Amino acid sequence: MSEKVSVKVCLGTTCFVMGSSNLQELIDTVPKKYGDKVEVSGVPCLGLCSIDWEFSKAPYVKVNDEVIKEATVEKVLKAIDEKLK
Amino acid sequence: MAMNTSTPKQTSHLKREILVRVIKAYLSDNFEENTRLIPFAMRPKNSDVPNYRCCIFKERAILRDRTIAGLGFSIEETDDSILLSDLAQKAEKRDTPEEHPLTVLTTACKGCVPSRIYVTDLCQGCVARPCVNTCKFGAISIQNGKSVIDPEKCKNCGMCVQVCPYQAIQKIIVPCESACPVGAIAKDENGHARIDFDKCISCGKCASACPFGAVHEKSQIIDVLKNIKHGKKVIAMVAPAMFGQLPCKPQQLKEAIMKLGFSDVYEVAQGADVTTQTEAHEFVERLEKGEEFMTTSCCAGYNELVDKHIPEMKPFRSDTKTPMYYTAEIVKKENPDAITVFFSPCVAKKREALNNPNVDYVLNYEEIGAWMIALGIQVAECGESKFKTEASAEGRNYCVTGGVAKAVETLLPEEIPAHVVLVDGLTKQSVRDLKKYAKNGMCELGNLIEVMACTGGCLGGNSTVNAMKPALKQVSAYVSESKSIKEQVEETAK
Repeated sequence: MSEKVSVKVCLGTTCFVMGSSNLQELIDTVPKKYGDKVEVSGVPCLGLCSIDWEFSKAPYVKVNDEVIKEATVEKVLKAIDEKLK
Repeated sequence: MAMNTSTPKQTSHLKREILVRVIKAYLSDNFEENTRLIPFAMRPKNSDVPNYRCCIFKERAILRDRTIAGLGFSIEETDDSILLSDLAQKAEKRDTPEEHPLTVLTTACKGCVPSRIYVTDLCQGCVARPCVNTCKFGAISIQNGKSVIDPEKCKNCGMCVQVCPYQAIQKIIVPCESACPVGAIAKDENGHARIDFDKCISCGKCASACPFGAVHEKSQIIDVLKNIKHGKKVIAMVAPAMFGQLPCKPQQLKEAIMKLGFSDVYEVAQGADVTTQTEAHEFVERLEKGEEFMTTSCCAGYNELVDKHIPEMKPFRSDTKTPMYYTAEIVKKENPDAITVFFSPCVAKKREALNNPNVDYVLNYEEIGAWMIALGIQVAECGESKFKTEASAEGRNYCVTGGVAKAVETLLPEEIPAHVVLVDGLTKQSVRDLKKYAKNGMCELGNLIEVMACTGGCLGGNSTVNAMKPALKQVSAYVSESKSIKEQVEETAK
């Protein structure tokens, strides 16, 4: 696959408090691991937490169009690997 | 490694979710009923049971217990038959928070086996049998070709662990016991962890270490919400570490806090500047009197350690008060009618506040974060506003390990230099070191000992939200745009 995989780590207040604070390391580690095949950035609120009680599923990360709920470093890396297959 | 990076993330997530739900319930039109429903809302009928639990009923019972801590009560002392709705009512009527800020959720605790030495399947039943020969207590015998430990005789000395050539013998650790620097938490005869509050220094290391999330802080969030709801003038006092906790500029934080309903926000770094000046004077005086060394006195966990476990350190501990003390004094002087709330990175400040009539409540960063979630506040979209009194760079850097000593050093005269020693986090070993310095009346490593209960300083506090590295980056940026304390002192002298 030639197109870059896009990774958006939500840094809205809800995601940040519920754990994306611990995902900020991805912004450093992902480029080291995948080079320019993956583009990773911290982004303002994706708006996914505001629906009903969905805050409890935060933090959210978007890998291309796929939304990862209760994201962890491991889940995000796995999703990137899937996309690069 | 920093304490908060090792915090089991799943348990933090759960604790924060409970807090958000408690706050949402309070702000709803039926606090009591919506509190009662929290365990059911989190695990509705037919929902999946987390794989670490036997059934949905136990899971809900444990969520109920976590909610009790969120309401600010002791889980151990609350009878199982009392409804959460009744506890919610009790929380709303309470005037003062409970004395000790930590509580253990015994039903969640049971998953972890008592600390002991254990022979694994890797035992080869070798001819040499160094384990049998090394054991001074005759606790090891060979049964069916493998080593077996007699728990009655074993004293947990760990010699067999060291000598086994196959590394087949292991010590099973109880994370809370292992993390506690003063031996204040241990499993009782029923296998439940109990905190001995006569020994506990409220450092919160057990809460961070427990992978079951069984140690909770009793929250004072309802008390604060109640005062705001009743239209009281409630003022936030924000400790320096807070500026590294949320994804926004320091100037936006003030407005975000005002949106929660606070009337004003003070930087505790302002009080830190008073601490720095007082402590620098004190250090010079002490050295001129011929004293060998002085320790800092701003960390609440360390202060409780000295009071309860190292009384011989008292003469060497600075008499200067903490930044929280001076800040609260300033706030109450300027606003005698105000209710003051300290925003803390750790649980130990809740204990310190109990003994300070100028500090009414303490909230930690997890609780503040949960409150912002409950109100849907986007900190990054808040406007910017300045503090009435701007603190110095050194004061704002108090939350970083080494920051307090560095601040004091800045104000020392050239002829009395400090040789700084950093105790970066209390452990069983660093407690032994401190006892040694106190006993000998000297420290061969230096004359100004900065003690931080948490590794990394307040940024490594047990109730912080942000990871250490990004938090440090944010705080450092704030520090670098601030005036130095020397400049400030000179300006006031003019």
